Amino acid sequence: MLIKKPADIQPSEITPEGVYFNRRQFMLGSAGLLLSGETLAALAGKKSPLSSADKPNSLKDISSYNNYYEFGTDKSEPALYAGSLKTRPWNVVVDGEVGKVRSFGIEELLKQPLEERIYRLRCVEGWSMVIPWIGFPLASLLKQVAPTSRAKYVAFETLQRPSEMPGQRSRVLDWPYREGLRMDEAMHPLTILAVGLYNDVLPNQNGAPIRLVVPWKYGFKSIKSIVRIHLQEQMPATSWNMANAHEYGFYSNVNPEVDHPRWSQASERRIGEFLKRKTLMFNGYGDQVASLYRGMDLRRNF
Amino acid sequence: MTTLRMKNPAASRQPSRFNWLKISVFMLCLLPLARAAWIVLSGMAVNPVEFITRSTGTWTLSFLLITLAISPLRQLSGWSWPLRLRRMLGLYAFFYGCLHFTTYVWLDQFFDWPGMLHDIAKRPFITVGFAAMLLMTPLAITSTQGWMKRLKRNWGRLHRLVYPVALLGVLHYWWLVKKDLTQPMLYASVLAVLLGWRLLRKLRQRSS
Repeated sequence: MLIKKPADIQPSEITPEGVYFNRRQFMLGSAGLLLSGETLAALAGKKSPLSSADKPNSLKDISSYNNYYEFGTDKSEPALYAGSLKTRPWNVVVDGEVGKVRSFGIEELLKQPLEERIYRLRCVEGWSMVIPWIGFPLASLLKQVAPTSRAKYVAFETLQRPSEMPGQRSRVLDWPYREGLRMDEAMHPLTILAVGLYNDVLPNQNGAPIRLVVPWKYGFKSIKSIVRIHLQEQMPATSWNMANAHEYGFYSNVNPEVDHPRWSQASERRIGEFLKRKTLMFNGYGDQVASLYRGMDLRRNF
Repeated sequence: MTTLRMKNPAASRQPSRFNWLKISVFMLCLLPLARAAWIVLSGMAVNPVEFITRSTGTWTLSFLLITLAISPLRQLSGWSWPLRLRRMLGLYAFFYGCLHFTTYVWLDQFFDWPGMLHDIAKRPFITVGFAAMLLMTPLAITSTQGWMKRLKRNWGRLHRLVYPVALLGVLHYWWLVKKDLTQPMLYASVLAVLLGWRLLRKLRQRSS
């Protein structure tokens, strides 16, 4: 007879401090979900050999220190204000150079075979975290729309809804937020669409209900709360590049040898650590992705 | 900036009242440090080093602006007591500036001297911040009565350096922000008002 030992309390089961202190907003959010007749189910993802062995940051760190300008430019603001975002109903339109244009409902996307991917995230500002994402390869979604031979790039767009995204009422960036990848980057097995983290759906401030994660590029490439994916022949315009082309390039691969014009990228502060650590080429994913850029001048194509 | 001999007959009759004022302001000026220590020690800051850097930096700027507001306040209100606080407020600007600089040298760069020299030479926002810190140092050193007497007229001239210090400080903040300039603009506009007031007075004095 198999007698099961009760499992220890998972860190993910403990109410994070940020949620506890924002319980009013949390309750409002929960009420909204109840009204829409839906309950939040925990997400499970298959372990992946592509996961990093680094120790993940706490859910509190991951969900209370965010760059998400749609909810304010201070990193504490997304946790305070993202509660107002309604993530149901939600559709992601995939169109452009595709055999069949599709609109995926979030319910369908949550039913994709999910994996846990523990990835390092390196922000262009010089800090980093380790995050246990739950998601699926972007490639598996793109295959379902049959890209044409003219699909050379993939453009992504975040929701634009100023009534729920207070940061969009100011012109700090040209809304909606836009990002893009080259087709081979988009099809790379490391590139995922995340729908959760720490075995649960994404907190709104982390880009709910679905976001991109490209672990070898600076964090801002990993666009949040996606509503449109457009395959195209031309290199797409991207938000930070539009805001300041001199400082933020289309590729934005993590590269310790190419400094941001105003600060060094040679080292980073891992959240939770006292001393800085050296930044790794392609954020430590060089073995898997360096071949994508063979022969390219990474100083010019920064 | 005019330096006044601080001989107020009312003050010498009631010394205790003014000591209390000085002591309360002294304690009040330590509150930002106490708040920062509380936030860091209680674990509320996800990125404590960044938080300490930001907090000490903005408080250096705030104390510079408060110090620069003393003369206009005296001129507008006719009160003389704010002048008695000016040296302390200026020294607090230097104090928070030192904490800010130490955070950079120790917690951020961890005594990587070649790295810091490279930063100062190559990154304009660090160049101007470092220049502001350098220029503030002689002002702190010569803030005593002894130095005031020794330098005579030159003391006032030397302490006009506070204007470039404040300008460089605001520029330092302006250049380091990634995109949202709201905060640096706030400091810049207060500084513009404080310097504009002085300029207007100068022009008016010249024309009369």
